[in-house]
Amino acid sequence: MLILTCPCCGVTAEETEFHGGGEAHLKRFGPGSDDADYESYMFSRKNPRGVHFERWRHVYGCGKWFLAARCTMTLEVFATYPAQTLEPPADVITAIKSKRPEWEGFV
Amino acid sequence: MSEISVSALPAAQSEGFVRVTEAGLRGMITLRGDLASAAIAKAVQEITGAALPPMRRIVQAGENAVVWMSPDELLILCPHDQAPGMEAALRAALAGEFATVANVSDARAVFSLSGTAWRDALAKLCPVDFSTLGTGDIRRTRAAQVAAAILVTGPEEVDLICFRSVAQYMFDILSAAASAGSEPALYV
Ligand SMILES: [Zn+2]
Repeated sequence: MLILTCPCCGVTAEETEFHGGGEAHLKRFGPGSDDADYESYMFSRKNPRGVHFERWRHVYGCGKWFLAARCTMTLEVFATYPAQTLEPPADVITAIKSKRPEWEGFV
Repeated sequence: MSEISVSALPAAQSEGFVRVTEAGLRGMITLRGDLASAAIAKAVQEITGAALPPMRRIVQAGENAVVWMSPDELLILCPHDQAPGMEAALRAALAGEFATVANVSDARAVFSLSGTAWRDALAKLCPVDFSTLGTGDIRRTRAAQVAAAILVTGPEEVDLICFRSVAQYMFDILSAAASAGSEPALYV
């Protein structure tokens, strides 16, 4: 079971109270961008086995979006953090490294 | 038109290890805006008599209550016939502020659960650890397949708010979850 803590309202619940929003920290390529960038933005996802950054919405709770760092193998959640961040904050990276020393880092 | 308003399931009640009662009409006003704004705190205090609640808490003031719904949303509870006046007063007090006010009374249904084992009944329906909730707490979650707001009003009493369109569904799942002889005895 995947258990998440919403950083916006502090509630901890299992995933059926939330709704997944796919990979986090995507850079948008919109109208006017070249085809390769646009295709990558639309279709290419990391889909890793292990550490992953995701968007989640607390859909049955406070309604807010937030981001989560978790392991796709074990469902362990390393941290949840505000959606208003362009890349994982330092404390989130530290939390992941302490659990997964072999992790290559956010790329 | 409050004189012709009718609640979703008038007088519906079921007796199990927890009693489920449709609570009748209740005034509800949604206020959205920056909850750190002094203007909102002042308007809410003057018009409802209640201070702004901390995160996931309810502040009661006589017949009114102010409920924390999200980082930018409050739900104001009042007698049903007072909701239009309170909505107008809030709207006037917050004119020019970055805030919205809406009377949502007739979009909602309210059920009251009473009995010491209310946590056991709701635990069948909601992905919530109910041992973390006490009097004065509000928890928004789902009950089976629909959204619900659970307001803990006393040690043996909770109110559950849902959309009026799912009132029958909510009454049926609450009644089934609380049916006599089906106590999971998780919390008592
Ligand atoms: Zn939340």
